[in-house]
Amino acid sequence: MQLVSREHKTKLLYDFYMKYVFIASAGFMTLIILTIIVFVGGQGLMTFKEVSPFDFFFTAKWDPMGMEYGALSFIMGSLAVTVLSILLGAPLGLAGAIFMAKIAPPWLSKIMRPATDLYVAIPSVVYGFVGLTIIVPFIRNYFHVNMGFGLLAASIILAVMILPTIVSISEDALRAVPQSLEEASLALGATRWQTIWNVLLPSALPGILTSIILAMARAVGETMAVQMVIGNTPQLATSLFMPTSTLPSEIVVEMGNTPFGSAWGNALFLMAFVLLVLSLLMILIIRRIARKKVA
Amino acid sequence: MSAKVFDKIATTLMWLAGIVILGVLAAFLIFILYKGVPVLSWDFIFGKSSDINAGGGVGTQLFNSFYILFLSLLVAIPLAIGAGVYLAEYANDDKLTDMIRLSTESLATVPSIVLGLFGMIIFVNLLGMGFSIIGGALTLTLLNLPVLVRVTEESVRNVPVHYREASLALGATKWQTIWRVVLPNALPGIITGITLTAGRALGETAILIFTAGTTVGRQMANFDVTAAGETLAVHLWYVMAVGLVPDRVEIANGSGALLVITILMLNLLFTIPSKILQRKLGAGGH
Repeated sequence: MQLVSREHKTKLLYDFYMKYVFIASAGFMTLIILTIIVFVGGQGLMTFKEVSPFDFFFTAKWDPMGMEYGALSFIMGSLAVTVLSILLGAPLGLAGAIFMAKIAPPWLSKIMRPATDLYVAIPSVVYGFVGLTIIVPFIRNYFHVNMGFGLLAASIILAVMILPTIVSISEDALRAVPQSLEEASLALGATRWQTIWNVLLPSALPGILTSIILAMARAVGETMAVQMVIGNTPQLATSLFMPTSTLPSEIVVEMGNTPFGSAWGNALFLMAFVLLVLSLLMILIIRRIARKKVA
Repeated sequence: MSAKVFDKIATTLMWLAGIVILGVLAAFLIFILYKGVPVLSWDFIFGKSSDINAGGGVGTQLFNSFYILFLSLLVAIPLAIGAGVYLAEYANDDKLTDMIRLSTESLATVPSIVLGLFGMIIFVNLLGMGFSIIGGALTLTLLNLPVLVRVTEESVRNVPVHYREASLALGATKWQTIWRVVLPNALPGIITGITLTAGRALGETAILIFTAGTTVGRQMANFDVTAAGETLAVHLWYVMAVGLVPDRVEIANGSGALLVITILMLNLLFTIPSKILQRKLGAGGH
């Protein structure tokens, strides 16, 4: 008697091969990220054949026609908008998360959660356009400056764009704090705010930090919205109202005009590579934070 | 200041934050719709765009947006389901799994302009596709993949263990169990994930400028995947940044509203059936 029918054998064979199909599609993720690093990095690092690393990272003279590729003003611009947008957006987002998790009546939290998701439904180019039509003229009139383009306009728009990241992840972290900790604090006679400040926030800190770092990653890489309001001028900004540029905004403005493989084009790829390295670093930091939480 | 007074002040501030967050969102949505909806007409939504004259529409761009989205999902969905199922069903707690997770998380944070430049090297130059719909769609896949993988993994994990046990006890192989029991039950979650991804992809610009290009062909709807295919979001940026048309602000207003309305409708359209599906399956004993 045949114990295993032919039909069953085929099924077992399918079962065997499907496992490898699944592994292959999962492994494909690793292949993609490695290919991105190799190709963007490879193209970018060719810049150093013609430009010294010192000139690229530490000088701000960007004049592709005159063969000068100092990207400092873009690097500083990116850092400035990222830090400013976090300073503007993180306190508001965190307060909103506390409100949704602990203070708002349940019906209001229920409305607010999908509402914060709606922030994501607005495309970044639309954010940029709204910034261009409302925030830039507002800054021009309110602060009496020439144009209104610059770091402040970009940071305000970015602060709005990072709100959903900070609100939703921080809220999850706050909700995940065990109820017993909260009850113990209240039973000791602490007010609600004292409980939030002394018990909830410290316990939820890893999650809150994660939300802020993810928000930074979003801000530093944001291209379209920033490009539309920052003024796109390769110069070091000395005030919040001076037109300047960031790494991604400069790439999107100039890439169309550069021949592929030229020193100019490669310098833009190197700027993209800097962005890539920054975002990968942020992921590593988040993982470090998450590991500490478990320990 | 007594602790109680401080508590009152803090509570008021938190309420204020909640109201500001809702208020800013409402202000953005109302502004976009208020400016854009009056522009939306049949001719605008389905008309052809013009490079120099006023009165151009965005029909071709709208078509390209959906066409590129469709093509990229066609590639991304099977891959992402495969990877998501692996992570939820097969993965051990080992180095390989850790590496795959790290890769997926990293891919999710790569700025879209970097993905765009990568697509430009690989698809536009190396594979010689030029600025094309297929080049744009394949690059867009890189944006969609990590979100879809995460959502698939979560949905698959949420399928109760006793479903699998019942199927395996009946003599089904692991693959049969995944295909006939696990995936159908994970479907509502996966659909929600696809909607989320589709919304993001429709509004994406930075990835597509240097892969799908900023021009459109002469036909209204061009199914040729090797043709350049400017999308609606790219068009909005392009007319504001470099456009020459006299009514560019009108076009941008209309495109913005059209984008937001499309994405909101997409969410409604898919979230509701997925909820119904969930309820139907839920009757089975979740």
